[in-house]
Formats: sequence, structure tokens, C-alpha cells
Amino acid sequence: MSEQGAPPVHRRLGLADDEFASIVGLLGREPTPVELAMYSVMWSEHCSYKSSRVHLRRLPSEGEHVLVGPGENAGVVDVGDGVAIALRIESHNHPSAIEPYQGAATGVGGILRDVFTMGARPIALMDPLFFGELDDPRSRFIFDGVVRGISGYGNSVGVPTVGGQLTFSPTYRGNPLVNVFCLGVLPVERLVLGRASGVGNLAVLLGSQTGRDGIGGVSVLASAGFGAEDQAKRPSVQVGDPFEEKRLIEASLDLLDQGLVVGIQDLGGAGLACATSETAARAGLGMTVDLPAVPRREPGMSPVEIMTSESQERMLAIVRPDSLEQVLATCARHEVRASVIGTVTGTGPDGVGRLVVRDGEGTVVADVPAGSLADEAPLYRRPLEPPSDLDARRATGPAARLAADANRAAEWSFDLAADLLALAYDPAFVYRQYDHQLFLNTVLGPGEGDATVLRLAAPGVPWQGKGLALTTDANPGWCALDPRDGAALTVAEAVLNVSLAGGRPVAAVDCLNFGNPEHPVVMWQLSEAIDGMAQACRDFEVPVVGGNVSLYNESNGADIDPTPVVGLVGLIDRLERRPPGIDLAEGATLVLLGARSDALGGSRFAAERMKEPAGPLPGLDVVAHLELCAFVRLLASERAGELAVVGLHDVSDGGLALCLAEMCDRSAMGAVVGREAVSSPAELFSEAPSRVVVATADGAGLLEAAGAAGVPATVLGTAGGDDLVVEGLLRLGVAELHRARSGRLAEAAAHAAG
Amino acid sequence: MTRVAVVVFPGSNCEHDVAAALAAVGVEPVLVWHGEATLGDVAGVVLPGGFAHGDYLRPGAIARFSPVMAAVTEMAAEGAPVIGICNGFQVLTEAGLLPGALRRNEGLRFLCEPASCRVRSARSVLTSACEPDQVLELAINHYEGNYTCDEATLRLLVENDQIALTYEDNPNGSIGDIAGVSNEAGNVVGLMPHPERAISPLLGSTDGVVLMESIAKSASAWAGRARRPAHAPVAN
Repeated sequence: MSEQGAPPVHRRLGLADDEFASIVGLLGREPTPVELAMYSVMWSEHCSYKSSRVHLRRLPSEGEHVLVGPGENAGVVDVGDGVAIALRIESHNHPSAIEPYQGAATGVGGILRDVFTMGARPIALMDPLFFGELDDPRSRFIFDGVVRGISGYGNSVGVPTVGGQLTFSPTYRGNPLVNVFCLGVLPVERLVLGRASGVGNLAVLLGSQTGRDGIGGVSVLASAGFGAEDQAKRPSVQVGDPFEEKRLIEASLDLLDQGLVVGIQDLGGAGLACATSETAARAGLGMTVDLPAVPRREPGMSPVEIMTSESQERMLAIVRPDSLEQVLATCARHEVRASVIGTVTGTGPDGVGRLVVRDGEGTVVADVPAGSLADEAPLYRRPLEPPSDLDARRATGPAARLAADANRAAEWSFDLAADLLALAYDPAFVYRQYDHQLFLNTVLGPGEGDATVLRLAAPGVPWQGKGLALTTDANPGWCALDPRDGAALTVAEAVLNVSLAGGRPVAAVDCLNFGNPEHPVVMWQLSEAIDGMAQACRDFEVPVVGGNVSLYNESNGADIDPTPVVGLVGLIDRLERRPPGIDLAEGATLVLLGARSDALGGSRFAAERMKEPAGPLPGLDVVAHLELCAFVRLLASERAGELAVVGLHDVSDGGLALCLAEMCDRSAMGAVVGREAVSSPAELFSEAPSRVVVATADGAGLLEAAGAAGVPATVLGTAGGDDLVVEGLLRLGVAELHRARSGRLAEAAAHAAG
Repeated sequence: MTRVAVVVFPGSNCEHDVAAALAAVGVEPVLVWHGEATLGDVAGVVLPGGFAHGDYLRPGAIARFSPVMAAVTEMAAEGAPVIGICNGFQVLTEAGLLPGALRRNEGLRFLCEPASCRVRSARSVLTSACEPDQVLELAINHYEGNYTCDEATLRLLVENDQIALTYEDNPNGSIGDIAGVSNEAGNVVGLMPHPERAISPLLGSTDGVVLMESIAKSASAWAGRARRPAHAPVAN
């Protein structure tokens, strides 16, 4: 079949030889070109999760209020009062590495469709972003392009971007991570699934014309690492049109409100091949697709191109024939194109529904069991192996070396103010470029608290007094050392962040960004991270209602540090006033809740300043963490007034030093911390979990309440003055801190061209 | 109850927020699709923020040709309150209902951030309930909010008391720190900040309420005045 010397077609499409053999076995013949193309995209790592599925099953996904768990376009959770939330997280890492603006923009577009396809109005986006260090010109270019892409698409499509996470580390230099989380709100009765039920019903393609963009995006681009030939992959990146998407959102929700569709599914990765086979397979039926009916952007497109194009802003709606006229009229009103491209068919005598693709009357170009594309991809149990230097990396912590090896102290500056400034940057430069206020829901926006707080409301879903607390968290530094404990600590941090806004965790989604699954160490990292996350989610009673796995994040053979990202939603039962943010007030007493610690293992200080990314991670005491979360939830809500709470902030990356610095910068006010409360550099920069700084006008009252709740509490000092002072260790003017924090990202972006 | 139209172009996104803010000051909002030829029985009209027609070509350039704009222009000529917020301001300048134009922000980046604004003229339908020189904590949310006009126009704006709002700390390079301007009669006003985003303590500011109240007051006054000619014999 192949020319002498050239690899066979299936390999060029990303299919392994044994995968090709399974297709031949399954069909009982050689596949046609269209069939081969459809299997190659549907059986890609990106679509089939073939390397990760056996591990993902270990995540807890059940919960009393879970209406839709993993496997659909988005998870859906009942939050009471007849209202549900839909949530989803995705990655657009590889496209963003190649073409930052469009890669990030189409990532936003894709996740919005996943959410409104469930019948939910998207009301919030969040973007966890990971780039190489800012002294690298290429990383600056990608950072600036990604932020502009999110801004350009998200603002224009009319969904606020209310938060995210920003990490710079050399591990992402060749392979940035661009994750996007979306939350939607729906009346429970509008919930709809991506099912092509009802034999004889029509498949109607909504939205953009189909073009040649993004062909093979999931297989060529998303399921392989980066090497020297990256730029040749540029045509695999899609191009987004937020105005088309905006009209598509309004048209789709209008169709659902009128009860005109029986099932609906977005077209994303793997395009029509995915949407037609998945909707049919979920209903246990088949579908016939007529290619000449698919509106095309350019002439001369082949059947393979039409079926696998990833042209953006398209949806596939399943409608009853008697609703068609009304569907077409509704779409016309919203200026959205709608074309009948196929019909739902029944099963054969063998009980199997088939996906039949016709290119003109009587010309069948593909005829395969629909379920074989969607559900029968190979399942791999790839070999796992811990890294060979695992024990060595965990053996000696940086703190121990710091104390034991006096010579190292000489190498290290001991200018703690300089260390603090080096760790500090203000993400305001990024989130100011995003509309984060649309829909009048944003009660605590980005930069104001540890979690974003929204009213639970949307156009068409009136506010009934509840609120949502949202956070996305990741800590690749921890996970590089210990993916299991690192992932568990990440979940714990997310739970604490939501609690600090007064929220009760109700549902999580995860985005697992890892390296090449053909490397046993990477599979070990993935398996360990899933176990750690699963245990923590059980400990904190959080169902994981959906997720995404992004593998092959590597460049020139080097895998990224394991980066599991957690998106967590908390419910605030009564949102009567703004929860305290990370604010200070003159004269307020600063109290540390949680146990004191000088554990530096896995901290940014150890990695970035001591150049010692090593040591055992600080342990997580689940019971103590739960008690702390319960206590701060009260401090953020019903007891905020009684205990005169001015501000709250968790101790996370950068330790107490960065926690206090962020509070000082936020309120343009200094603070003085006593020597007896923070006695060493290690204690100042430790990132041990389960700790919170509270600013209160009633220190004595807070200590008493903490004591009664069984939460350890230490008075740190007092807010006020112009400097952040930690006696004996650090003195830094807040004005200088502000200049340094606010200038870093703007300066880097100003030199984005390199 | 006084009714005020809120025009919805394809790509508008602040229409629900503006409707909520109008309802909060006792006005009945009526959403009107851009393809309509008339605005119906309303005493004023707001063009909300967003990206009408995707901001293709440039913001407002296509929206000015939407069928509903003839009715908006007619209401403006009759003296009814016509307010353009953000993208709506851009549409009003493109339609020639307000002087000047809005260019990209000086820093060439989208900006969503708080903006303190000073009321320069309490003569317009947007500021009639304000105290002169009152400072309001509002929020901006735009890429193309850099107001510009020629020197002669700027002199006229000052002489005719058409500058409704100015920024305390100019975020986008606008000439004369202008955040909002009116036509000479004061019944057509455009502003870049979003008053509808500052209407509740939960959202951090209530300083937009006085602007929404001005709109309500002006619309109600116009409704009262408009009814009389409707029943009177036509002069000339």
C-alpha cells in the first residue's frame, strides 16, 4: 500500500500498527480513507484517553447532587432552588505553543460550547496558565499572545473571565500549558444531553461553514510532543470567531428554551467524525451523514477533510422532523446558519448502530459501527516506573541543608527582601485585560480574595440569594517531587481557598497535564497524581464531575513537571454581604491560623532562590485541615462581623512572606511581625499547608474563637505603617514592593517581540 | 411605569445588566432587537455595551446601519433621552449623534478596571441627578475607549457644557480626560464607564445608581412632555 521507504498512511495519521490491525479486524476489511481518518482522530490520545482511562476510573465521581458525571460534555450538579451548575475544564496546550493567540482563543470557544451544549448559560471562565520564565523571549511572546487571545475571544463572546492561575517555570519553556475552566448556570429542566435519540430524527449542523482549518488537530498536534518541525504544524491550529460563537450561544439556548432539540453536541476536536459518532453511540443508534449538505468555506474539500475538520463555532442538534421549521426560523433570527446534514438511523439485526457517510446519492465513503469510533478505542496499561532518583530527591530537605551546611549560607544572599521581591508579581496586568464583571455577578473578583465569589444567577436565572466560590489550583513544584502528595495538597489548597470565601465545596473538575505517556516515569506520575487526588477528594467529600487529560507535553524529549490542575466550586448558601478579601486595616491584629512550620521542601523559595527543588513535602493532616476550613468558612460569612474580620489570606506559594506582601500591597499598608512569631527564613518562606493569615480588629476574640474550634492560632503582629517588617529578618517598603510587583508582567509583555 | 428601550445588536452583551439596573431605579426595560424598525412606546433608549456585529471593521461601524438606528436617530431629534454605554457610545459617534470618535486605548490593551470619574456637567440626561463635581467610583471595560476630536470640537464641547464626565486618572489617553459627552441639547449622551456595574454594595460600588436615576428622571420627564403634543393639534 505504501510507497517504498515512506511510512504507511495510518502511521502518518498517528495510528500504531496494532491499532491499524484492530481496525481491520473490527471491520473485516481494510478501512476506506474516510474511515481510516475518522479512526485516527477518534482513537487519538486526545479523544480516547487510551493511556489514562484505566487510571481515571479511580477518581470519585458520585455525589448526592451530581446530575451528570464524567463522560458527557460537562459535569452538572444540582445546587437547589431548581438551579444547576455545569462545569468543565480543558487544555489547549499544543495549539497555544504553536500559535498563542488563536490557540488560547479557540480554547475558550471550545469550552464554552461544552457548557452551553448542556443547556447552561456560561457565566464564568478561569484560565490556569503556565509559561517558561520571563527572561526567555519565546516565553514572553507566548505569554503575551495567550493573554491577548483569551482577552480578545472571551470579552467579545460576552462571558466574563473571573480568575485563574499564573505560573512561570523553566519546565514550560518548550511546552506552555493553557488550561481553561468554564462554569454555566441552568434551570434544571433545561438540562439536555448529547444524544441522537429517535430514529428518523434529523441531524442539523449549526454555525460556521466547514473549512480546512484544524484538520488532524487532535492527532497530529495534541497527541504528540514537540520537536524541531513545530512550525509545520501551524495549519493544524484552528481560527476562532467569537462573534459567530456569541450568536451560536444565543441561538442554542433559545432552541433549548423552546424545547426544540432532543439532543445537542458541540463540534470540537475531531469535528463531525466525533459529534456524529458520539451522539449516535450514546443513544445506541446509528446515523447517516450526507456530505454534500455540509456548508463549506471553500470548494474542492475532500470527504476526509469535511469529516475531520475542526472548524470552530459549530454545533450538531438532533431535532424531530416536525420541529425543523421552527428550528430553522429560530436560527435565522439569530443570524446562525442551520443545515440538515443527516438522519438518525436504527440498529441492524446485530443490534449495532452504524455511522454511514455518503458523498452524494449512493456513494458511501464510510460505514462503521458508531460505537467503535466513540467507545472502542484501545485501552492501554502502559508501563509505570518511578524515577531513579526519587529517594535521593526526597531524602534531604532544603531546610536541613540550610541549617547543616554553613558553606551554603555564603552562596545564598540572605537578602530576604530581595528574595521576596524575586518571587512576587501582580497578575493584575493579566486580569485587567479580561472583562471580569459582566452579568453583575462578580462579588469578589480576581486579586481580591483567595477564591472568586459570584452571585448564583444568569440572564434568565434570577438571583435567589446564593453564591458560588470558584478557584483553580495547581502546584507543579510539589508534584515534581511527589505527584501523589502534591496532587492531594493541591486539592487541599483548593478546598481551603473556597472555604476562605465562605463556600462549601460541591464539585471539582481536573485537568491532568503530563508528559509523554510512552515514558514509564510519566505514567507513574499520572497514576500517582490520580491516586493522591482521588484520596483527597474522598477525604474532603468532593465529587470529580469531569476532567481532561493532556499528554505529550514535552519538548525535545524533556517532559514537563507533572501539572494536575484542580477547578473547584463551592456553594455559599446565603451571600448577604461581600466576604472579606485579602485586605488589611490600620491597627488590625494579624493572626496565623494553623500550625507553625519551617518545612521548605517543594517551596518556591527552595526551588527558585536556593536552587534546591528537593526534599520531602510537608504533610497534610486531613482532620486539622477540615477543622481549619470549617472555621474560616464561618470567619468569611456569619461570624465575620462578630469577630471583626478585616481580611483573610491563605499561606501558599512564597509562604508567609508572600502572603503578607500581597495583603500589604492590596491595601497599600505595611505590617510589623514579631520575632517570636516568625523566627527563621525557613519559617518565613515555608509553604506548609493548612495555614491562613487573618487580619482582625478583635485579636483576643479571634484567639478565643479559634481555641474553641480547636484551630491553632499565633499572633503575628499588627498591620500599619509604610513597611512590611518581620523583625530580625526583613524590612521592605510597601511602595517599593508595589512597584516591583506591578511592573514585572507589564515589562515582560512590552518586550514580547523579543 | 416609564418604559425605556434597550437595543440588542447581535454581539451586544450588557443588555441584561442594563435592564436590571433600569429596573432597580423603577424603569421598565424593553429589549428591542436591532432588526426592528421602531422602538415601540418608550420614553428613552439605551444602547448597551458589548461587541455589536462583532466590532467588525471597527466598533459601531456596522451597527449604525442596523434598521433600529433610524428610530434611535428620530428619538434623539425629538429630544428623548438617548444613552450609549461603552459600545453604545461607539455606535452613537459612528452614527453622528455625538461628536468625536473612540480610538484604541493608549496602551494598546483591553482594560477592565475601576475608574474614578468626575461629573463635569449636570445638564445632561445622564447626570441631571448628580451634584456638579461629584466623583463617582465606576468601572471601565474596553479596548477602544480613547476619546478623540479636533481642537475646534473640543472648544465647542467646553463652551457648550457638553463634557458630562471626566476621568480623575486618565486610563486610556482620552483627550481632555473625557469619559462621557453629550450633544448640544444634552439629551444624547455617551460614556465609556459602565454605570450598571456599580449599583449594589455586593458588587463594590453604588455610585452608578445616581446616573441610572438621572436616566429614569429624564425619561419620565420626557414621557410627560411627549404626551401633550400627541393629543394637541399639529401646528403648521
